[in-house]
Amino acid sequence: MDTTDTTPIIPEPAKRKRFASFRKSLTDFFASLYNINAFIIRFFKEAFLPPYEFKEIIRQCYETGVRSFTLISLTGFIVGLIFTKQSRPSLAEFGATSWLPSLVSIAIMRALAPLVTALIAAGKVGSSIGAELGSMRVTEQIDAMEVSGTNPFKFLVCTRVLATTLTIPILATYTGLISILGGFLNVYVNEGTSYRTYIGQVFDPLSFIDFTAALIKSIVFGFTIGIVGCYQGYNSSSGTEGVGKAANGAVVTAMFLIFIEEITIVQITSWFR
Amino acid sequence: MEKQKAPIDHNNAVIRVHGLKKAFGDYEVLRGVNLELFQGENLVVLGRSGTGKSVLIKVISGLLKADAGTVEVLGQDIDQLTTKQLQALRIRIGFSFQNSALYDSMTVRKNLEFPLVRNRRGIGRKEIDTAVERVLEAVSLSQTINQMPSELSGGQRKRIGIARTLILNPEIMLYDEPTAGLDPITCIEINELINEVQERYKTSSIIITHDLTCAKQTGDRIAMLLDGKFQREGSFEHVFDTDNARIKPFFDYNFIK
Repeated sequence: MDTTDTTPIIPEPAKRKRFASFRKSLTDFFASLYNINAFIIRFFKEAFLPPYEFKEIIRQCYETGVRSFTLISLTGFIVGLIFTKQSRPSLAEFGATSWLPSLVSIAIMRALAPLVTALIAAGKVGSSIGAELGSMRVTEQIDAMEVSGTNPFKFLVCTRVLATTLTIPILATYTGLISILGGFLNVYVNEGTSYRTYIGQVFDPLSFIDFTAALIKSIVFGFTIGIVGCYQGYNSSSGTEGVGKAANGAVVTAMFLIFIEEITIVQITSWFR
Repeated sequence: MEKQKAPIDHNNAVIRVHGLKKAFGDYEVLRGVNLELFQGENLVVLGRSGTGKSVLIKVISGLLKADAGTVEVLGQDIDQLTTKQLQALRIRIGFSFQNSALYDSMTVRKNLEFPLVRNRRGIGRKEIDTAVERVLEAVSLSQTINQMPSELSGGQRKRIGIARTLILNPEIMLYDEPTAGLDPITCIEINELINEVQERYKTSSIIITHDLTCAKQTGDRIAMLLDGKFQREGSFEHVFDTDNARIKPFFDYNFIK
């Protein structure tokens, strides 16, 4: 007698269901990828054509700056202070504490300042843009704008994306300077190094490519925060749950993309050094 | 209160909808809607929740795209218009949203100024102030000018929403559930306001509602939307003078008998 069990381990309908679910996830992924690209293309199509929304851009720049200023000041200072404090023992072992200012400046200007600024702004500004636009979508304020003859994409999206793209580099520069100040506090307390000597040592190892890379990085991060926040909010689904999802999605997606961009830009700039 | 009749020009249709179809996924909401709105007329579209009443006016205003059929507004086929042309047409249409859709971050004054400033570039401060005062006076809410939307009652929000559309002197008004969520007295005030707007601004309107008091007080013609199509239309009395098992309960369960 043949005792071989021919019953499949996974029954046919379950297999089919699993495949259908996988196919749907894949389709959804590519659909959202297409939608994000269409959103970005629309931004470039509309942002640089008249009429220009200068007043709104300036207002949004102010909002972006003010929203993150306190947190960035505090975080920047602490990052500089802690980084210097934590690096000291390792350098002290080799009697190389005089290299601390150089180490601080390279770490901060090349990587930490743009990254810390972008992550804070993604949390503060990105979530706020996502929630604001999401709430406007849910309460039909975006529709109201559209039926009153205003292009809501230009007024709400283009202005916010331009504002974050312009403001984040300024904030990143500010974070860098504040962090260096934090580092100075530690160096001054431990070695009594004068401010003039410290500043000289800080800027000495930095090259043009460091500043350029930091600037490009900040611009890319700013654009990412703005476009992701706007995309999530502008396309949020109805209901209060949609607003929450938009705010959360804005932060998580922006942070994820920022890390990928950081790695990519670091790799590219290393080829030019 | 009976509505005072304004002259209706039956030879001039400001909106013509033919064979309009709209589906969301597998669910077909509108299944071949035909409609004409005449100059100076108030057309009330009645129907149960989820029958596609709001979808209909959103398609008419170009907020949603029809799957099939034609929509002509003020002689222009909205499907054939460029974005700029559609924007220009929308200025001639006022849309009062169910939840008023006031801009939360702006005061009443800024809410009212917004469409004006956006559409009449270079307009002077004095002209803006005059227009704002005029529409606020039309909705009897001059005292709220510096308040935020969150400080207004539901009825006041509706009125300000209507005022915001009036500031551009629209030729057509689309009201989405104008009395939803309001107490009976405020409902009657809103109904009176709709009639006043028609008389004062010579507008033609589509009023989406399931409130029969609103339908009776404001409508020159009633159209009953059932199963994605208009099943019955005419005067209020004509529409409900029927034994149709799906239309009759609509009347019986309302306050007016």
